[in-house]
Amino acid sequence: MSDTSSSLPQQRQHSTIRAGIAKRHARERRFRAYGIAAICAALTAVAILFGMILYKGVPAFWQANVELEIFFDPEIIKVPERPQPQPGQSPAELEKQQLAWERQVTMVNWNRVIKAAIRKAAPDVEIDTKQALSIIETNGRYELRDMFVNDPGLLGQTVTVNLLASANADNWLKGNIDRNLPDAQQQLSAPARALADRLLEEGTIRFAFAWHLFTNVDSRSAPASAGLAGAFMGSLYMMLVVIVLAVPLGVGSAIYLEEFAPKNRFTDFIEVNINNLAAVPSIVFGLLGAAVFINFFHLPLSAPIVGGLVLTLMTLPTIIIATRSALRAVPPSLRQAALGLGASKTQTVFHHVLPVTYPGVLTATIIGVAQALGETAPLLLIGMNAFVAAVPGTPFEQSTALPVQIFLWQGNENRNFFEARTSAAIIVLLALMLALNAIAIYLRTRLERRK
Amino acid sequence: MNSMLVTLVLLLLLGFAYQTGWSRSSRLAQVEGRLHSKPIYHGALVAIWAIVPALLILGLWALFGTATANTRFRTLTSAVVLASAFGTGAIGLYLARNRISARFRARNEVERIIRYLLIGCSVVAILTTLGIVLSLLGEALRFFTFVSPVDFFFGTVWNPRFSSVGTGSGDFGLLPLLWGTVMIATIAILVALPIGLMTAVYLTQYAKPKTRNIIKPMIEVLAGIPTIVYGFFALVTVGPALAGLGAMFGLDIRATSALTAGIVMGVMIIPFISSLSDDVIRQVPRALRDGSLGLGATESETIRRVILPAALPGIVGAVLLAVSRAIGETMIVVLAAGNSPYLRLNPGEPVSTVTVTIVNQLTGDTDFSSPQSLVAFALGLTLFAMTLVLNIAALFIVRRYREQYE
Repeated sequence: MSDTSSSLPQQRQHSTIRAGIAKRHARERRFRAYGIAAICAALTAVAILFGMILYKGVPAFWQANVELEIFFDPEIIKVPERPQPQPGQSPAELEKQQLAWERQVTMVNWNRVIKAAIRKAAPDVEIDTKQALSIIETNGRYELRDMFVNDPGLLGQTVTVNLLASANADNWLKGNIDRNLPDAQQQLSAPARALADRLLEEGTIRFAFAWHLFTNVDSRSAPASAGLAGAFMGSLYMMLVVIVLAVPLGVGSAIYLEEFAPKNRFTDFIEVNINNLAAVPSIVFGLLGAAVFINFFHLPLSAPIVGGLVLTLMTLPTIIIATRSALRAVPPSLRQAALGLGASKTQTVFHHVLPVTYPGVLTATIIGVAQALGETAPLLLIGMNAFVAAVPGTPFEQSTALPVQIFLWQGNENRNFFEARTSAAIIVLLALMLALNAIAIYLRTRLERRK
Repeated sequence: MNSMLVTLVLLLLLGFAYQTGWSRSSRLAQVEGRLHSKPIYHGALVAIWAIVPALLILGLWALFGTATANTRFRTLTSAVVLASAFGTGAIGLYLARNRISARFRARNEVERIIRYLLIGCSVVAILTTLGIVLSLLGEALRFFTFVSPVDFFFGTVWNPRFSSVGTGSGDFGLLPLLWGTVMIATIAILVALPIGLMTAVYLTQYAKPKTRNIIKPMIEVLAGIPTIVYGFFALVTVGPALAGLGAMFGLDIRATSALTAGIVMGVMIIPFISSLSDDVIRQVPRALRDGSLGLGATESETIRRVILPAALPGIVGAVLLAVSRAIGETMIVVLAAGNSPYLRLNPGEPVSTVTVTIVNQLTGDTDFSSPQSLVAFALGLTLFAMTLVLNIAALFIVRRYREQYE
């Protein structure tokens, strides 16, 4: 009796429990799905970011080149023979004469030479001079001049020369600009576009790997020939300054705090201070650089040495914190053994403890340097966003840096062309950072294995 | 050229001093038997005594000499300074050399000097903070002689004009900039917190170690990307995409807006929140988790009711650090926030932030006398104070939390 009377509520109880469990399991599954969705969202962000940069940037490594038969026409190039050393002439005088001659060569209307070559490449195209020249980058005439200066014997000869197509022509040929836009919105005139298309079809215009991206400096007048060489050297100098200053200072500081410092208010203060510095916004370091290095010590504006100093101060906390954790990971038995054998505290640290931490210090250094390499904001405040069209010879000369060059290029008015250029520069920067990290991982595994 | 020559002479002095100390002590060792310190310590000590005074004099001269020296006597003074520097170096060398004896504790002295050097390295960090505070305060005070602090901190109009118009003729109200900063940081946290936290939860609680080892570094790649790249990404991809999306739903979203900058900044912060929360969640004692599971809770119930509440202080600390990073972030907002310093509620409109304005006011023009450029330091001081408070609060919370479970 009691069985039948209790079974019904019990069954009901069971079914509510079962329903509850089903609901709880559904909630479990949903929670898990949220987790997976979050990870997917993060990974999608990574994928879109890299996909976009590669999609936009990779084509910029190939640029349109125009292969022209240049005739060094004596009719146009009317310059006397290159001055030769005369007996009894001082070297200074000869140099003066040669400079005068070079100036004359520069004054030659090289555009006419180029135009004649274009006419010859496409004899039946009706086009005026200005439009024809608009498909060649403006530095073409300097290239011809340099060729002639190096070898005046070219006069009257015909040579095949590869000239860069202009940024606008490159855009048009790559389809970076909408081909259906009306004439008013196109950067090239209709005949010039037709000419570019035809030259591409005939093989006169070809796409070649843009080595000049790595060997040229920035250029405003000839955007197609702009390169990263100056920015690269600037960044290199800054990284050298960072390595030379930040590593000894950071490691020294970490050793003191971890191995020697007594536990007192002062060392506590230093510790809080370092943790804080690590989280201070980078732009504040830029303000410090502007106020102290530029305004107080009057160091040169836009110089890599100042940038390096600012970045050193910025990366110092990173290196100190990482080195300290590497030192903390060294087993105390090592110290005790060395001290027990009669080594002094300093000898223990420098001969026995520190060598064990080399992999950690190395990794910390490279992470710090990579972080410094990509930093832009503080450099803007110390004037490194100035336009510099030269490779800096020393860290005291004006220069720009890779991330700043990216910033400058993305702001260029020729949007269509420089969007790709900027992406290409970003690829170079990311590749450098990737290489740094790869080196760090490789060295760390090697050093750790040797132990 | 000149400095190269000086460096060369200094190096020669260094080498000669070391050699003197080394050879004298080793000769002494042959006569007297064992010395207290090895010859290298004697050599190092003599070298230090020779080089430090010379360096000190040269350094002081480099710092202050150029300001005081009369141009007419420049060559003469530099000759005198160089001579005195190397003279003192030589005297130091001679004195240190004469101190060498069998019982002389050169090693202890060298070690003491090394320790001072190490202390000097640690002091650099303090000097940096001091430099930041002093330079920001000094220039900000100069700014406040032009504009009253009340107008700056509570002004609602930002329109600094150009310095050529005349001094003190613009409006320097902080609030529009602060509002933009807060809005962008809020959007960034709204994006990054759910994604980052759920990622950390999934990777610590559900994922197999193998999956975790693959996915974690992939997400952390986001942390290593320079911010200028994010800025470009926001400007070129995210902004137009958001504007297009908004147009589809009839919303007016501008390509450069608080929303664009905020979302991209959120993506940047994801790895920051996920790795910090990861650490924090892993520190929750296993016993708590096992107890909850043993009582029949499902895994998600354990996470929501036990692990996350236990890890909450740490997560709050992580969020505070992330907010401080979002506030100080510059390049994303410079490129993608639109630079329009007005008080607006709509996140689809362009805004401006404290960092953007610092860059705008200080690039190109480094004339440090007009309020137009000095305001950058007042803004920097505000930024520094804000991030300092956030960082200290975060460190405090995280430290308390760690102590709780250790």
